[in-house]
Amino acid sequence: MSDKDSLDNMPVNEVASDSLVARFDGEVRSDTREGYEGYIVDANMLPEVASVLRDDLGYDYLSSVTGVDYIDDNHIEVVYHADQTTGGKGINLKVQLDRENPIVPTLVPIYPGADFQEREVFDMYGVKFDGHPNLRRILMWDGFHGYPLRKDWKEAYYEEDIKPFDSRWPGGGVKRSEADNPYGKNVNYPPGFDINNWTPETDDSLYESLEKTNSNGKSLHTDSIVVNIGPQHPSTHGVFRMVVALDGETITDLQPVMGYLHRNHEKIGERNTFLQNMPYTDRLDYLCSMSNNLGYALAVEQLMGADVPERAQYIRVLMAELTRISNHMWAIGFLLNDLGAFQTPALYAIRARELILDVFEATAGSRMMCNYMRFGGLARDFPDTLRGEDTVKFITDLVDNTLPKAIDELDHFLTANEIVRSRCIGVGVLPPDKAIAYSTGGPLLRASGVSYDLRTADPYSIYDRFDFNICTRSNGDVYDRYLVRVDEMRESTRICQQVMRDIPAEGEIFSGKPQYSVKVPAGESYGRVENPKGELGYYVVSTGKANPYRYHVRAPSFVNLTVLGELCKGHKVADAVVILGSIDIVLGEVDR
Amino acid sequence: MYGTGILKGMGVTIRHLVDSFVDDMRFLGQRYYSDSSMNIRQGTEGRGVFTVQYPDEKLPVPEQFRFIPFLLYENNEDGSTTDRCTSCGICAKVCPPQCIWIERSSDPDTGRPIPEPTNFYIDIDICMNCGYCAEYCPFDAIKMDHDYELASYDRTEAHIFDKARLDKPVEYYASIRPNDYLAEETARAEELAKKAAKKEAAAARKAAAAAKKAAAEDN
Amino acid sequence: MNNELSNPDIPVPSELQSAVTITSLDKIYNWGRRSSIWPMVFGLACCAIEMICTAASRFDIARFGMEVFRATPRQADLMIVSGTVTKKMVPQIVRLFNQMPEPKYVMAMGACASGGGPFKEGYNVVSGIDKFVPVDVYVPGCPPTPQALLHGLIKLQEKIDGQSLKSVRWYGQETSEAVPVPVLGPDLFDPRQHALLAQQAGQVQENTESVEK
Repeated sequence: MSDKDSLDNMPVNEVASDSLVARFDGEVRSDTREGYEGYIVDANMLPEVASVLRDDLGYDYLSSVTGVDYIDDNHIEVVYHADQTTGGKGINLKVQLDRENPIVPTLVPIYPGADFQEREVFDMYGVKFDGHPNLRRILMWDGFHGYPLRKDWKEAYYEEDIKPFDSRWPGGGVKRSEADNPYGKNVNYPPGFDINNWTPETDDSLYESLEKTNSNGKSLHTDSIVVNIGPQHPSTHGVFRMVVALDGETITDLQPVMGYLHRNHEKIGERNTFLQNMPYTDRLDYLCSMSNNLGYALAVEQLMGADVPERAQYIRVLMAELTRISNHMWAIGFLLNDLGAFQTPALYAIRARELILDVFEATAGSRMMCNYMRFGGLARDFPDTLRGEDTVKFITDLVDNTLPKAIDELDHFLTANEIVRSRCIGVGVLPPDKAIAYSTGGPLLRASGVSYDLRTADPYSIYDRFDFNICTRSNGDVYDRYLVRVDEMRESTRICQQVMRDIPAEGEIFSGKPQYSVKVPAGESYGRVENPKGELGYYVVSTGKANPYRYHVRAPSFVNLTVLGELCKGHKVADAVVILGSIDIVLGEVDR
Repeated sequence: MYGTGILKGMGVTIRHLVDSFVDDMRFLGQRYYSDSSMNIRQGTEGRGVFTVQYPDEKLPVPEQFRFIPFLLYENNEDGSTTDRCTSCGICAKVCPPQCIWIERSSDPDTGRPIPEPTNFYIDIDICMNCGYCAEYCPFDAIKMDHDYELASYDRTEAHIFDKARLDKPVEYYASIRPNDYLAEETARAEELAKKAAKKEAAAARKAAAAAKKAAAEDN
Repeated sequence: MNNELSNPDIPVPSELQSAVTITSLDKIYNWGRRSSIWPMVFGLACCAIEMICTAASRFDIARFGMEVFRATPRQADLMIVSGTVTKKMVPQIVRLFNQMPEPKYVMAMGACASGGGPFKEGYNVVSGIDKFVPVDVYVPGCPPTPQALLHGLIKLQEKIDGQSLKSVRWYGQETSEAVPVPVLGPDLFDPRQHALLAQQAGQVQENTESVEK
């Protein structure tokens, strides 16, 4: 996208602001707090404002829904981020609710993509979304006590509100948290919990909520049954569970159940200092730690106003694009695994990925958990040599020859393969309007023909300097998602080649002096990057202290799953596995 | 036509198989168990089989590789050792999962802290190998180790590393991270030279001032 | 023949050494078992990716006879707990462990599975799978590199080598008890801690009552 286009987009935002405030006089007001932007909307008016936003102003894509607990002001804020799929900056709406009884109308009828995200806010903050079709806990289990992300909720191993903990130094002595807990385990029960008169919650209500059809009128009598796929199942890419209602072998309804890898990323993130969150972001989408780092660094740099040196910018882009290639390699290899081509294609894909991991290991120090970006630059520069070669030569070789060859090879023996074609073409079709409505992202969205990619829609870092295409396909089926991934890998190698051509040979990789405690001014920021799986956003609220007040991750895998049930309806069980594989989820990011 | 996809797939597999033998001929005798074997097989040039025969040969880790941290001490000429750690506590503060415990002690007479830790613990069941402690240590006293072969049968004792377990000589550090070590030593030497020069300049200035003063008094 | 099998206590005439090996039943039994450990396809988190990389061509777990990843616990010998164990997942893990036939082994791969790892403080994280099922080998690291995992597997092989038919529990007289499956309530509840919980909860109640008074 050229500069002119992005300038053209600017007035649209202002039009939006003026007309929103003008049209809903008194019910919508600008957020005037220091460091904040966007609009505060009256809770009752939210659906109407959202309709206007979507239909009249063109904000057709709801990217993120989250909550913030402002305990001192005694309100919980629900924050919505909306975007235009034509590109440009996003807009955010906030609704302030009473902490004791937070109720807000649901946005699911307007933006179906809000479904899981609203459930998450309900799970974590206890905000009730009036009219939500299936408002139940999503990450924790039904019957769990309390709303964990509220500021006054404390976990079993709670030590202090913020890190660093006082007991670590200078007093000393080492202890395990178990020693302080009466149960010796990481558990805590509410006062008055009577173990003798208590029955655990069951999944019956979940099973009953599934849509089942009886097969009356058909020639063949088939029973309606409910099948649990997962959480321990080789096809679910981790600990993910699909509750499937079947009519014969045809899926009538599918409910994803998640949270089996919910590691409390956000609660821990609010206790960490800003810098301490960086290695935790590695463990979100653990296949793409470099671009996770980048997104978080961007969000905090936005608040700090930090500059990033030229060379560091190039290396950032290089690492993010190598990550994209390695992720898509993995995704394609395991899509084929799901199709039944057990292991062989995955082995070739992993082989190419290993070489990229070598680059990461040599530069960042770890194959997977890179922890490489810092606020204002990078942790370190390239090493001198890699496998006995000059590093620059190694990487140039990799992006000029080895990777394109590996991609061509995959393309050569998979794309035309008749089994791949017959299993993938026409399966899991997602029409473009639905793809936008369900807030899907990444290859899932672009395979449906929507050319929305943050690298051009809202360019970050130095992506505006490179020549690359946004790959789209039009059918929106599993096959097209596969093809988009292959195309994207090719485009990524092109970007990498340009990086290796243009990168300044010398230069700083960090601006300023590295500090272990960074100063972050008060305010909010939403930093986002186009991760291999879709839009990865970090919503960070700072109060000027050493640790973020709110730290939310808008995870692409999680939001992409919203549409899974829709995609699978009417297909066979075996297709559900393939559709899930084509969405490409990573559980570390789904559950956080 | 049906079947071509399967044949193509098998063709790719066969080509990979043949590539192994071609590479064996190309790098005759160097591909396995020689000094250059890893660079040849694992580099971007290598084709075909690239398996690392793990216990017999190991994929060398790059210099920046990080696993569990360790503490550095210097061997003095008289046989005693000096810890580089001054127990300033920065590593314990910056550690994201808070897995470092440091015992700092004070001199019983003066009450001032002793610049050596009494004990130092790292719970490796919590450590996330992020490398912040090494990155932000102002004294280059804690570094990330390369030793990853740490599997054990029991964790209650073996997985809390105390100071005795963490201590390693500077020479070991120089052997696993030669470039880092060199850069740090040069920086330190420069720093020292700068300090010495400053001191000398200050002394000279002082002497000059004293001489001036004396001269003035003489007058 | 295979040197690692032969028993040095029983000398074999030199002319027969190329054809005959005398070994003990324990040795050949353990040799067979340790060279064909079948792990379960069981990935939890980040470490699972490194486990898959170990199984892929670069590190090739097949060299140890372990490439047969079984999707069902009934056919598996080894459960590699590869990643963070959450409270929501632990009932399933315990159930899977119970379903594995003897002899069975558990490996805690990575910091999280060993002791909670960087996420230990979290409200949904179990601080180490050994709180629920017995663990044979711990592999530290976050995540352990494939070579570190292979080292752990070699350690496991060494452990198997040390076992004797006479003393192993699966040929013993007592029937092995299944580990009680934890239940999800207001928080994770381990049935083995029923008494402790009843006592502690009562105390909490008394405290709050006395405060109210």
